[in-house]
Amino acid sequence: MIKSNSGIRKTDVINRRMFIIGAAKIVVFAAIVARLFSLQINENKKYLTLSDKNRIREWKLPPTRGNIVDYFGNVIAGNLKVYQLHIIPEQVENFNYLLVRLKKLLNLSDKKITRINKLKSELKPWDSIIVSENLSWSQFVKINNYLYDLVGVKPVMTISRNYPFKDVYTHVLGYVSQPNEQEILDNQIIQERFVPGMKIGKLGLEKRLENYLIGTNAIQRYEVNAYGKRINQLEHQKGEQGSKIRLTLDTEIQKACAELLNEKAGSISVMDIYTGDIIAMYSSPSYDPNLFLFGISQDEWQLIRNNPLKPLINKTLSGLYSPGSTIKPIVALSALENNVIDTKFKVKCTGKMELYGQTFHCWKEKGHGWVSLKNAMKQSCDTYFYEVARLLGVDRLNITAEKFGLGKKVLGQYFDNEKKGLFPNTKWKKNNLGRGWVLGETLITGIGQGYIQSTPLQLCMMTAQIANGGYAIKPKIIVDSNPVSYEDAKQSMESGLLFDSNSESLLDKKLFKDKKNIKIIQEAMFSSTNERFGTSYKSRIDDPKYQFAGKTGTAQVKRISKRERELDLELEQIPYKDRDHALYVAYGPYINPRYALSIIVEHGGSGSKAAAPIAKELFKLIIDRHNLRDQQSNFERITI
Amino acid sequence: MFQHDRLNNEITLFQKIKNLDYILLISVILLSVISVFVMYSTDGGDILFHTKNHFVKLIIFLPLMIFIALFNIKFWHNLSYLIYLVVILLLVWVSFFGIKSSGSQRWMDVYFFVLQPSELMKIAIIMCLAKYYHRLKIENVNSFTSITIVLSIILIPTIFVISQPDLGTSILIALSGLIILWLGGVKIKYFIYSFITFLISLPFIISFLKPYQKLRILTFLDPDRDPLGAGYQIIQSKIAIGSGGFDGKGFLKGTQSYLDFLPEKHTDFIFTLFSEEFGFIGSVGLLILYSIIIFRIIRIGSISRSNFAKLFCFGYAFAIFIYIVVNLSMVLGLLPIVGSPLPIMSYGGSSMLATMIGFGIVLSAKINNKQMIA
Repeated sequence: MIKSNSGIRKTDVINRRMFIIGAAKIVVFAAIVARLFSLQINENKKYLTLSDKNRIREWKLPPTRGNIVDYFGNVIAGNLKVYQLHIIPEQVENFNYLLVRLKKLLNLSDKKITRINKLKSELKPWDSIIVSENLSWSQFVKINNYLYDLVGVKPVMTISRNYPFKDVYTHVLGYVSQPNEQEILDNQIIQERFVPGMKIGKLGLEKRLENYLIGTNAIQRYEVNAYGKRINQLEHQKGEQGSKIRLTLDTEIQKACAELLNEKAGSISVMDIYTGDIIAMYSSPSYDPNLFLFGISQDEWQLIRNNPLKPLINKTLSGLYSPGSTIKPIVALSALENNVIDTKFKVKCTGKMELYGQTFHCWKEKGHGWVSLKNAMKQSCDTYFYEVARLLGVDRLNITAEKFGLGKKVLGQYFDNEKKGLFPNTKWKKNNLGRGWVLGETLITGIGQGYIQSTPLQLCMMTAQIANGGYAIKPKIIVDSNPVSYEDAKQSMESGLLFDSNSESLLDKKLFKDKKNIKIIQEAMFSSTNERFGTSYKSRIDDPKYQFAGKTGTAQVKRISKRERELDLELEQIPYKDRDHALYVAYGPYINPRYALSIIVEHGGSGSKAAAPIAKELFKLIIDRHNLRDQQSNFERITI
Repeated sequence: MFQHDRLNNEITLFQKIKNLDYILLISVILLSVISVFVMYSTDGGDILFHTKNHFVKLIIFLPLMIFIALFNIKFWHNLSYLIYLVVILLLVWVSFFGIKSSGSQRWMDVYFFVLQPSELMKIAIIMCLAKYYHRLKIENVNSFTSITIVLSIILIPTIFVISQPDLGTSILIALSGLIILWLGGVKIKYFIYSFITFLISLPFIISFLKPYQKLRILTFLDPDRDPLGAGYQIIQSKIAIGSGGFDGKGFLKGTQSYLDFLPEKHTDFIFTLFSEEFGFIGSVGLLILYSIIIFRIIRIGSISRSNFAKLFCFGYAFAIFIYIVVNLSMVLGLLPIVGSPLPIMSYGGSSMLATMIGFGIVLSAKINNKQMIA
């Protein structure tokens, strides 16, 4: 019984202690359930996100750039399907064999093979290696024929930039190419949308309008495993093509400019004198921007770079030239406005002018005799303008010239490479050269030589503002969200106010003091082209529909020595580098003018022989296309 | 009493089978079925290596459990010391000739099966100590000799297992042993004193830990200190469980698991996969199933007449409980990572064998609950 008693007592102990841990167990299980609750119910969202972050990877595809179209909607920078060749190393059975096969099929260089091998060692086996970015159709067909033998090779169709008009628009559009590291870091949007193989604008409007043109990435979502391998595709989110941009340019005129300047170095700009729309803007020679898309070859690059006519420079915006005689309308206008001269004022030209022992020559050695303003403009008498400039003084001339846009950027916001040129005054010389202004410098400024420097586009705008009756215009190259029709622009100008589409307000843009003075200058320019002895008389068009008024210019590249003056060499006898630049500014039609242009042919000799004939050709085309342009409705407006 | 004894011995096979605890049996079979499906999911929805092997082991070990149950509890009582000794010998053998794998030496090849003796020790130590306390007079429970003996019984296998090294299993063996001491009536103050001593000496113990074990503790304290290295398992496990939500991602749809983010998903992290696919509801359901099993074992213990059966059942119920708690706390980020399987669910033959033997003895106690043991 004792045993049994102690047995019972022991059982009691066991049961009591069992009870204690039984209670503890319930508490512990409850704690575990609480933990499950907190993870699975309370924090479910957080962990679900983490789990998706684990398993879902996004692959961005290169965005499709927006098209750039001309005024008539023709695509001038578009997109083209290209064929590429990718290798997926993971699927390749024998990598070396494959490379040997591809090398034969596509004529790959040894360097390329080494690069592919290097890429293979750097990338994950399931990441594709781009062997060729741009296969020709015949190569693509060839690859597809041998595909059974090329395990792991993937022919891919993708989209690439394309410039259908090749070199016609290069200086306006620029081109796209692979970005470098700095370019990616500098632009937030590029940084966000960058994918290897993507191309960005490197120059011109392609660069300036990058953020509008770029488009958004298409996104492919894949489920991946813990090692990063794609298991299956979940979703494909389409990207949006970049904004379409419509320019004010006319491809037909642009093409004509390219032909007219063929094998010459120079520039042509054409502008609507009321709206400021740039109709054409061509710098010659140009180059094919398509060459840069897949990496330009060293040979081709050297050919462009070493061309003595400097195709890489956008002469319309970055070329700085002495305006020569094309400045004379402004000199005359300034003198009239400041009541220094009137139409009756005459100067006797003897072929040269002496000032403090220095001789200033007129281009006509024998001299023009007594000349009035009209005759001086018509025959471009230098002596007359020496005298006018002397009377006017450079500072007053500077004020008028700057009003008309000289010494200031014309399109500043769109092109990084635009130069602002220079129109000197006494203060400028003192500040920049540290010496006082000399009267002789005033004289040569009066015929557009000396310190004065201008871009072809500035001269075009200057002419346009004379042509429209002396009102300021704001040139533009992109059709913006508030296009002003020519009638509206003209009307508001003639009422003395100009509608400014940017500030949406009417501003006084009158550039003259007396409207009569503008008229005098217009008539003088008319006579220069359309009356006998006018410097561009030979290039005139008598049909009033096309009749235009203009002013020639011949800009000296170097000082003419006495000896050279006596020799009076023919153009062909002078070395190319030393030949004068030929310039011409004009507007037309003379009755109801609409367009102004400036032409410069580098080292072309004289303006009347080399530049004015180009205007004759061009005005026909410009005015013939005038109605078409007017009928073109302002479709698809975008905001820049 | 004697007569009663004999009566019990003459119980027929039919009666034995009739006396089986069907709630426990059905629960265990249900758990086994669930485990096969979960294993099928770890194989990515395919009957591959793990599913096949797990199934085959269940087919062998479930009948083994019944077979063990058919022996009188007295038989197991008699064999207890011997079993303990045999397992100790196996541990010694393993420590010399065992198979090495991933830095530890825990296994022996028994031709058809790779055995991990330390798993068997989890059962053997309970049997051994239950028998010791069954025989020990209550007056002697707190005597110096008996305390020394029982501590030796616990320490010897624990040290062998630690030196394999296998911290997880050794802790489970020690805890399984200590619970019998507790049930046997060792003074509560001893437990309190030794717990305090343990806490004080913890820094010294830690200094003896292997670098990887220290790393595990550090990782537990702050899993984000090395999210791709040591902290990876626990972070991924929490993500899997947390993303399961209320009703889970669905059978075979656990993305964490089938995309290989989850490590050790067949063994220690099997609950994570289950919880990801079946959610809070499924997890609580599984816990309830385990609770039923534990409760039934305790119930069988409390209706058993012999103290050996009582001690074994209570001890084993606690052991099962501890296995579950350690495993779940680990995968839920409540405890450092120590290798410890979830009974029946985890892939692993030795663990399943030990568990089934345990259930078998519990069922034997149920069949023979009137059995007195001298």
